[in-house]
Amino acid sequence: MKANGKNTDYSDRAKAERRLGWILAGPAFVIMLAVTLYPILQAFFDSLYAFRLTAPDEREFVLFQNYVTILSDPVWWRDLAVTVLITLVTVAVELVLGFALALVMHRALKAVRGWLRTAILVPYGIITVVSAYAWFYAFDISSGYVNSWFDWVPGIDPDLNWFAQASTALPVIMASEIWKTTPFISLLLLAGLAQVPDELTEAAKVDGATWWEQMRKVIIPNMKAAIMVAVLFRALDAFRIFDNVFIMTGGQYGTEVLSLLAYRTSITRLELGLGSAVSVLLFACVLLISFIAIKVFKVDLSGSTGGKR
Amino acid sequence: MKEKSTGKQKVIWAIISILVLIYALFPVASILATSFKSAGDLTNGSFLPSPGAATLANYEQILVGDAQELFLTALWNSIGISLIATAIAVVLATLCAYAIARLDFPGKRLILTTALAVSIFPVISIVTPLFNLWRNIGLYDTWLGLIIPYLSLTLPISIWTLAAFFRQIPWELEQAAQVDGATTWQAFRKAIVPLATPGVFTTAIIAFFIAWNDFVYGISLTSTEAARPVPAALAFFTGASQFESPTGAISAAAIIVTIPVVLLVLLFQRQIVSGLTQGAVKG
Repeated sequence: MKANGKNTDYSDRAKAERRLGWILAGPAFVIMLAVTLYPILQAFFDSLYAFRLTAPDEREFVLFQNYVTILSDPVWWRDLAVTVLITLVTVAVELVLGFALALVMHRALKAVRGWLRTAILVPYGIITVVSAYAWFYAFDISSGYVNSWFDWVPGIDPDLNWFAQASTALPVIMASEIWKTTPFISLLLLAGLAQVPDELTEAAKVDGATWWEQMRKVIIPNMKAAIMVAVLFRALDAFRIFDNVFIMTGGQYGTEVLSLLAYRTSITRLELGLGSAVSVLLFACVLLISFIAIKVFKVDLSGSTGGKR
Repeated sequence: MKEKSTGKQKVIWAIISILVLIYALFPVASILATSFKSAGDLTNGSFLPSPGAATLANYEQILVGDAQELFLTALWNSIGISLIATAIAVVLATLCAYAIARLDFPGKRLILTTALAVSIFPVISIVTPLFNLWRNIGLYDTWLGLIIPYLSLTLPISIWTLAAFFRQIPWELEQAAQVDGATTWQAFRKAIVPLATPGVFTTAIIAFFIAWNDFVYGISLTSTEAARPVPAALAFFTGASQFESPTGAISAAAIIVTIPVVLLVLLFQRQIVSGLTQGAVKG
């Protein structure tokens, strides 16, 4: 039934199949391009103009002037540093925590396995804004209980306003991000764990390997692909962080991230030219991260799926 | 791994389970507790409402009280916009994934790679040009103005998840049914549709979550109650006066938008887990 795609002389049937393939897949493909490729091209075009919505008639072609303005502004570099810091810390913590949770789910007694997985899925089902509010109200100086619960910890007293400086606000922001997205990474790692052949672990055990040696020599190397995919996806996701920062600090006191900078420039201040340039630069950062990840870790994302059939 | 569980192991697992439960549920319990606090109780620094002072006033305020308009409209917007975006994405992705899994045509890889590229796209990078374009063509602050960008969130993951599901379907069944005398359509409907339905259903749930969770599009492309979805509306809630922060009302609203989603997760957890992991790892 299936036509052999490698033939050079296509039968009518194969031709019909190719046509049907594109008729079915085409709409989704075109829409994906229309909702992303077109806007990013438009953003690039807009970024070459000095263009403020408050003074639309003064639109003027300035070539790369907007990029020069942004890249020479310390705010861009501060926001980039904050974004990178959040990305590195959350991904590192989530990898360890997610792996621990995956191990727990993998090895748990049958009786509790279902319960654990259900509980771990709850943060995944909660919207980020709600999670941000939950963490915000817990730490908030007026409605929070954290200050009164932990006043025995040095540095925490009833007057501590967590959201008034980056050094205390960022950890709370990162904690909410970690809480919300660890379930996703631990599910991916659980799937990876399930793919490690049991015989290998058994053999290592028979050979007298300790638990740590089994992990390091057998389990982790066999899950490398799952780990890489999880890390890459989470890193790209963390780099785009927006919701929690917006809710908790609005980007004040040195907690602004790049997405928020783009939002503030375009939507709040209506500087569409500058805002577009920030958007393009942010997109370039994401491309760069993916490119590095694919080169360095040799993750072939499309290959892991490609024409398996 | 398979050894019999001893009493000691049971204790260890009980402790681990409790720790995991606390980790997963504490923030939810925290906002749930806040949602029952009375205005005077909100600032006393305790976790639970004071004994006897628990109140439904916050729920009343957003469901039948003065914040009703704001919250219920936003809830309606969220439900409508997310459902429509999910429906469109799932229909298009089903056709696309069927073609990828079943037919031989050049460009499959291109389509999957595009889906991947779209899913890593920073949403905020699309927002700036759309903000201006939507204002010019009248889509700003409308349902359609959110449904279209939501497709950038829901389509890629739907295509990946469904392609993974559809690859596992034994398509030969269809032929077998035809040999047994069924027409092409009958064969497809009787042999393939029942196998494909669970995958489509799972994908729809995952896509709906993602649309329901959106915040960036919601706050950037709307300005009034005409289209503003719940997450964005929460961020713009204001109290009765500028000196009173609407903590209780926001918590109650947060609980209301969380319950249906968490119920969905709990009901369909098995399908969701397999859908998420197959789409992402095995692809």
